[in-house]
Amino acid sequence: MSTTLQIAPSENQTLPPDRSRSAQFGFLRDLLGERKALFGIAILSIFILVAIFANVLAPSDPTRFVGRQNQPPSGAHWLGTNGQGQDVFSQLIVGTRVSLFVGFTVGFFITLLGLAVGMTAGYLGGFADGLLNVVTNVFLIIPALPLLIILASYLPPGIITVTLVLIVTSWAWTARVFRSQTLSLREKDFVSASAVSGENTFHIIFLEILPNMMSLVVASFFGNVIYAIAADVGLAFLGFENVTTVSWGTMLYWAQNNSALLTGAWWTFVPPGLCIALVAFGTTMLIYAVDQVTNPRLKTEKEISGVLRKYHIHSRRATPVVHESNA
Amino acid sequence: MSQMPEAPLLDVRGLRVDYLTANGRVRAVNGVSLAVKEGEVVGLAGESGSGKSTIAHAILRILRPPALITGGEVLFAGQDTLKMDDAQLEAFRWSRVSIVFQSAMNSLNPVLSVREQLVDVMQNHGLTKEQANRRAGELFQLIGIEPRRLDSYPHELSGGMRQRTVIAMALALNPDLLILDEPTTALDVVVQKDILLQMARLREALGLAVLFITHDLSLLVEFSGRILIMYAGELVEGAPARTLFDQPLHPYTVGLMNSFPSISGEKRRLTGIPGSPPDLISPPTGCRFHPRCPKAMAVCSQAAPEMKIVSPEHSVACHLY
Amino acid sequence: MKYILRHLALYALALWVSLTINFLLPRLMPGSPVSALIGRMRGKFTPQQIEALKKAYGFTDAPLIQQYFDYLSHVIRGDFGLSISAYPARVSSIISTALLWTVLLGAVTLLLAFLLGSFLGVLVAWRRGGMLDGILPSLFNFIGSFPYFFLAMLALFFLAFLLKWFPMSHAYSDDLSPGWTWDFAGSVGTHLILPAGTIILVSIGGWLISMRSTMIAVLAEDYIVMAEAKGLPERIVMFRYAMRNAMLPNFTQFGMSVGFILGGQILTEIVFSYPGLGFYLVRAVTAHDYPLMQALFLMITLAILMANFAVDLLYVRLDPRVRTE
Repeated sequence: MSTTLQIAPSENQTLPPDRSRSAQFGFLRDLLGERKALFGIAILSIFILVAIFANVLAPSDPTRFVGRQNQPPSGAHWLGTNGQGQDVFSQLIVGTRVSLFVGFTVGFFITLLGLAVGMTAGYLGGFADGLLNVVTNVFLIIPALPLLIILASYLPPGIITVTLVLIVTSWAWTARVFRSQTLSLREKDFVSASAVSGENTFHIIFLEILPNMMSLVVASFFGNVIYAIAADVGLAFLGFENVTTVSWGTMLYWAQNNSALLTGAWWTFVPPGLCIALVAFGTTMLIYAVDQVTNPRLKTEKEISGVLRKYHIHSRRATPVVHESNA
Repeated sequence: MSQMPEAPLLDVRGLRVDYLTANGRVRAVNGVSLAVKEGEVVGLAGESGSGKSTIAHAILRILRPPALITGGEVLFAGQDTLKMDDAQLEAFRWSRVSIVFQSAMNSLNPVLSVREQLVDVMQNHGLTKEQANRRAGELFQLIGIEPRRLDSYPHELSGGMRQRTVIAMALALNPDLLILDEPTTALDVVVQKDILLQMARLREALGLAVLFITHDLSLLVEFSGRILIMYAGELVEGAPARTLFDQPLHPYTVGLMNSFPSISGEKRRLTGIPGSPPDLISPPTGCRFHPRCPKAMAVCSQAAPEMKIVSPEHSVACHLY
Repeated sequence: MKYILRHLALYALALWVSLTINFLLPRLMPGSPVSALIGRMRGKFTPQQIEALKKAYGFTDAPLIQQYFDYLSHVIRGDFGLSISAYPARVSSIISTALLWTVLLGAVTLLLAFLLGSFLGVLVAWRRGGMLDGILPSLFNFIGSFPYFFLAMLALFFLAFLLKWFPMSHAYSDDLSPGWTWDFAGSVGTHLILPAGTIILVSIGGWLISMRSTMIAVLAEDYIVMAEAKGLPERIVMFRYAMRNAMLPNFTQFGMSVGFILGGQILTEIVFSYPGLGFYLVRAVTAHDYPLMQALFLMITLAILMANFAVDLLYVRLDPRVRTE
């Protein structure tokens, strides 16, 4: 017979995380302490502001022909002119609007759709889960860009087409992520407690499970925004956006079609590409920082690295020995 | 502990181990001293979280972050493992001291066959491939599994076989000391008994010392020479097995004895120990057991009791004595 | 075994879905694409020829189900019809060479990116918090933030156009003819460097980070502690115990990443005028060459499914637990 005496609470009995106001402020405080988060927030804010105030910030109308074609950057045109004689800098600023708009809209709807499918499959289980799972897997395996191209080719070029087509094809990955998270949360005791006390399915899904997934939802949302911006740019590059619209993607489309690479007009394609990369990178930093702050294991690891560095301990293969005075 | 006539094989002195957690530092092992002589079997008993596994891991310095060894010495045949560098540890580990963990399934690499995992440690310590393979066969015969199972993968073996495999692995380099960390807890009762008998036979045949760590006191009676009791990171009592069972001194030990039924023994009223183990971030002042102790006195909350030798070979850390 | 069969079933389903999408789309969308073709060709065909064309592309008056089965039987026989933009060339002849080039580029980039990225991921995870771990993930993260084709454009511009270190387009030099010669192979090689290089650079980050996180999870397992307790040297613990196990989840990821990376490859092919499936796909779209477009889509999907299947077979080899399922 074993003498199993009182031990620590079992793993399953985790309490639902603290959702009080002070806990939420604590989260914001920790987040702002992370340099990466600040960097990400700064970049995103700058671009969002530019998008909102684009009309005021752009020195000239991006669609008008304001100068000779393919002029390098100068005092008159900070980023030169493109193959049609339009001001690249103005295009860059106004293009921010379209690119960010498509990115955030698509990102939002993909996250929403992924949540709907993923949580339903994860919580209901059984036949619904099986069916949704198969659908999700099929959409995951069929290559995205070719499918996008095929779908978009039958529709008139434009932002609406691109937005719709992106939403319809890109929700699967998010759905899978949310499904597995829902599955693991479903097993937790606070969910069973809720079920036993008679709460209905909607209550459990939206008021118990969903709030506990929030950091994942936020991270997924931003991840999807990055994906959407990149995919939109890709589709525009291929000519699926109305080529008279000004966006970062169409700028690249025109650069390619005007053989900017062969005429040496690097200023027509480098700026939009850089902007895309900056937005993507900044957002990635933000996601990373959110993860650092919400994952308690990572916090303690940072502490330990700090202690080890303080004592100049480098070996990872043996438990560090630190002779301190009695703490 | 009582004076040893010759230097012990393993001599732990004042070991302190901390864990850095999100809520603060946990002093998991608070100045523990113990010794194991050559060929001796010492049992170390206590609840989960009492620090006994931590001590075992600390001896080999295989504790993971966020653990930190913050004081003491671990002398093995004169050498302090706490001062060894990586190269010295590599040579020391497994050849002088080896360990059997609680869950054999988790101890075995799932993608390597049992043979590969047995042989690599031997090859690493100088044996040729042929020698290593031969010895692997011998080891399996020693623990009672057909050598042809050597080519199986861990998931293809039953729980009992896996545990015996891990024991065979621990004996591969003929260590001087074998540490058993809850070796049978994950197994069902019948298999438990089987394995323990086998280990007892092996120990007799090979003559190695054993440090047997468990929360199940009943196992220690038949197997160990001496038993040490741990509570909340500290040693509270130590005595030869029979003596401890006949005359437990520390109130905690008494409580432990009364907490489990004995199938074969006389009928006894079961009592538990009220309360729960203390929070080790801010443990109770004075004696760590005093909040739960039926015999607590005023001094118990003020001063920590020291380990006193009460009779030959019997020590206890309690203000009652 | 069940593992392989389950996956095969999924692939078969995905293939069927692609086929059906190909079939349904032109019939569902407003404006029959065949009329677009006919519009282009007006004046060059008699009405009877137009009717024959319609039939050839499967737009008969037969009930939908009949058309569907006709379509399927054609596809199975490898008959994708005639190209519209390259009329009267057969679609199958156009895509067969394209397929080879795409597979060549794809295989090279995937393998190199996976191997390099995984190896770096192992190193970085082993010395967590060290110097490499501080720099590499963020660095590759930054590079990976650039769209594939943008890096391709940069590379093309700076390395090929300005510095003239590498060729600017196509799969091999225009003055060579294909054949099993060293010259040809060398030309193919140099033409691969920029397209492959840019794709590898952008995709390495993904593998690195993925391997890093699986390594970190594996390093927390008990059998790693056991390996250390056995006194095994560092490289054995790192590779034989940790990496061998950390690799496995990445293989299951591999399948999904293939599709994603191929998307990037398509765009890169365009920048370099590399004559692969992607390059032709976009040209087909611009020319409204639907038969060609659909066939390319199918080929791309098929290539991905086959890559997935190959990875499944490899996975069964590497993870003994799956074999006894």
